[in-house]
Amino acid sequence: MKPINKFTLTMESCSNNEYFARAAVSAFITQLDPTLEELNDIKTAVSEAVTNCIVHAYKNSIGKIYITVEIYPFSVIKIKIKDKGCGISDVKEAMEPLFTTIGGERAGLGFAVMQSFTDDIKVRSRVGSGTTVILTKKLELRVKNNA
Amino acid sequence: MSIKLSVKGEVVTAYLGGELDHHSAREMREAIDNAIEMNIPSLLVLDFSGVTFMDSSGIGLVMGRYRNLSRTGAELHITGASMQIAKVMKLAGISRLAKFDVGGFKVETDK
Repeated sequence: MKPINKFTLTMESCSNNEYFARAAVSAFITQLDPTLEELNDIKTAVSEAVTNCIVHAYKNSIGKIYITVEIYPFSVIKIKIKDKGCGISDVKEAMEPLFTTIGGERAGLGFAVMQSFTDDIKVRSRVGSGTTVILTKKLELRVKNNA
Repeated sequence: MSIKLSVKGEVVTAYLGGELDHHSAREMREAIDNAIEMNIPSLLVLDFSGVTFMDSSGIGLVMGRYRNLSRTGAELHITGASMQIAKVMKLAGISRLAKFDVGGFKVETDK
């Protein structure tokens, strides 16, 4: 199925772009008239995925983060967040709540938040070539009030 | 991102503001840890009233401060969390670590 609308964004993996990434996605999604909760869920999930690219994929270096957002009929949104960083050797383990390779100030909840705040998450990763996360969120269909 | 600290007796209150993510968490963490070290409070209050967005970096911030405080047996209270913030906190089970109320309304805690 072809998307109704789509945008792509490439940015550097600087931590001050975390704000920019979720703001850009949220601005694009606004055309679907989401509820505040739906918008916040999407912003939070995007923030987690982008933070993973910055903190894990590119660690102490700067690389490119590729974000694609597609809108499908019936308010289905697909958000792809891709990096060409170090990759994840064991995706299943990485997605376990509280699992973290860094410890300290990272709670290990990034994937748990993405999972719980969206309807579907797919993670493809290969060590040495990068990781792609695809988040799907379906907005509640609401009856337009034309009163 | 903004942070204001107030010290009253043995209580340190940190008024957090703006968006709390991995980028902004570091500055908040340093300011709070410094205040804990300088004042050795018996209670730290993290006031989220001014926070407009938080991801799991905020959980890291709360858990890290909880660990610091537990060395001296001090308590942690979380107050003023919006619904979005409360949703992230609940997912992480923060109510097991800290007294936690949402936007001034007490919610059930395990403590």
